[in-house]
Amino acid sequence: MPHIRVLVGTRKGAFILTSDAARRDWQVSGPHFGGWEIFHIAGSPANPDRLYASQSSSWFGQVIQRSDDGGVTWNPVGNDFRYFGDPGMHLHYDGTSKPWEFKRVWHLEPSPTDPDTVYAGVEDAALFRSTDGGLTWQELPALREQQGAKWMPGAGGMCLHTILLDPENPARMYVAISAAGAFRSDDGGASWRSINRGLHSQYIPDPEAEVGHCVHRIAMHPARPNTLFMQKHWDVMRSDDAGDAWFEVSGNLPSDFGFAMAVHAHEPDTVYVVPIQSDSEHYPPEGKLRVYRSRAGGNAWDALTDGLPQEHCYVNVLRDAMAVDSLDPCGVYFGTTGGQVYVSSDAGDHWQAIVRDLPAVLSVSVQTLP
Amino acid sequence: MATVHVVLPYSLYTLARSGAEIELDIAGPITLAAVLGALEAAYPMLAGALRDRATGRRRPLVRFFACQDDQSNLSPDALLPEAVVTGREPLIIVGAIAGG
Repeated sequence: MPHIRVLVGTRKGAFILTSDAARRDWQVSGPHFGGWEIFHIAGSPANPDRLYASQSSSWFGQVIQRSDDGGVTWNPVGNDFRYFGDPGMHLHYDGTSKPWEFKRVWHLEPSPTDPDTVYAGVEDAALFRSTDGGLTWQELPALREQQGAKWMPGAGGMCLHTILLDPENPARMYVAISAAGAFRSDDGGASWRSINRGLHSQYIPDPEAEVGHCVHRIAMHPARPNTLFMQKHWDVMRSDDAGDAWFEVSGNLPSDFGFAMAVHAHEPDTVYVVPIQSDSEHYPPEGKLRVYRSRAGGNAWDALTDGLPQEHCYVNVLRDAMAVDSLDPCGVYFGTTGGQVYVSSDAGDHWQAIVRDLPAVLSVSVQTLP
Repeated sequence: MATVHVVLPYSLYTLARSGAEIELDIAGPITLAAVLGALEAAYPMLAGALRDRATGRRRPLVRFFACQDDQSNLSPDALLPEAVVTGREPLIIVGAIAGG
C-alpha cells in the first residue's frame, strides 16, 4: 500500500508526518534538530530513504544533514560552501555594493536519478551541487555571470530559493532568485540565461529590466516541463516556452501577491496559490485562509475554503511551504507561519490540519512511497 | 601535552553528539586557535560552526568565556589563561544573547 511522508522544516526544528494513503490519520515525528532553523528537507526520487536537510542558525551557521533510512537517523555531511573564485560584489538595499557572502542554504533539490547528486540554492544567491551525497559542494559559478553585480537582496535575503530540474531533458534546469529573477540553463549549469521577459515590476527602476525582479516561486508539471507557473512578488505568471516569455494569469485572485505555489500531480493545468494581502501585510486577505485553484492554467481561480479558517486568520504561507503528493486523488499540503500543516486528500476540495502548533513552517515537501 | 576542558552549548553538543563538557589533549601552546583546531579535529561536524572556514574569524554570535572573563576578542594566537591550560577551569563556548 502506498503511503505518504511529509517533510516539514520549521524555525525550530524538523518534523516528519506520515500516513497511509487515506491521509486521515497521521503520525508525527520530531522535532529533529530542535532549536535549529530547518529551511528545507527533501527526499531523493531515486532512493526515497535518502533525505537531505538544511539546518542553520544565526549563531552557529550551516549544517547539512543526511538520512539514509527515511529520517529515522541523521548524520551531518559537508557544510563547506565556498564560491568559485572571487565572487565580487552585489548591490545592497542602500545602493552600496557588498561582497558576496555565504549565509545559508534555502533549498535542496535532489537529482531524479542519482541519490548522491543534490543541488543547493543558497544565500547570497548561488547554486551549488554535490555528487557525493552532500559530503562536498561545488558552485556552478556561471549563474553569477547573469549580471550578478546588479542583484539585490529582497526583504528575506538574496536567496536562490527555487531549483527545477527538467525531467525530460537532464541538461535543462531553472532557478529563481530574490530579487534577481528567473534563469535557465540548457547545458547542465555550465551557462545560463535570464528568462524574465514579460515580467513587469513597478518596484524596480526599470519595470521590465532583464534582471532585478523579485520572483517568489516557480512551479512545473513534470509531464509538461515547458510550461512554468510563477508567483512573483506581485503577479501570477505563466510561460509556455520554458520561460522565454511570460504572461500574467492572475485573473480574479483577490490579491496576486503571495509566495507558495504548486501544480496538481496529474493535471498540468491545475495550479494552486495562496493569495497574501500585500508586500507589507503578509497575511491572507480579509483574514480568510484560502487556497485558490485554477483548472485552466490560470486566469480563472476558485477559492478553496472547506476546513480552512475563514475569520481572524493572519498567518503567512512561505514560498517552499506547499507541495503535492502523487496519489489519485492528488493530495495538496501547505504549512503556515502559525505552525499549522494542512492536507487536502481530494485535490483541494476539503482540508484538515495534520498539526496545529508547530513552530513557524518554512518548508513542506512530500514523498509518495510505495 | 595539556588536557583542556571545553564546555559546549546545547546546539553544538547535540550536533556533535558529545557531552556538554569534553576534554581535548593538545600539544604546544594552548591558544584559542589550538583549542578550536583540536575541537574541530575531534568533531568535524563543528567545523564552520564557531569560526569562518576560510578566514578563521569567530562567528559574530559566538563567545568564549574562561575564568569569569570574556576571551572572545583575544587574538586567536594569544595564550589562554593558565587555569584553562592546566585544566582547572574550562573554556566555555556560548551562543551570544541575541533577540528579545
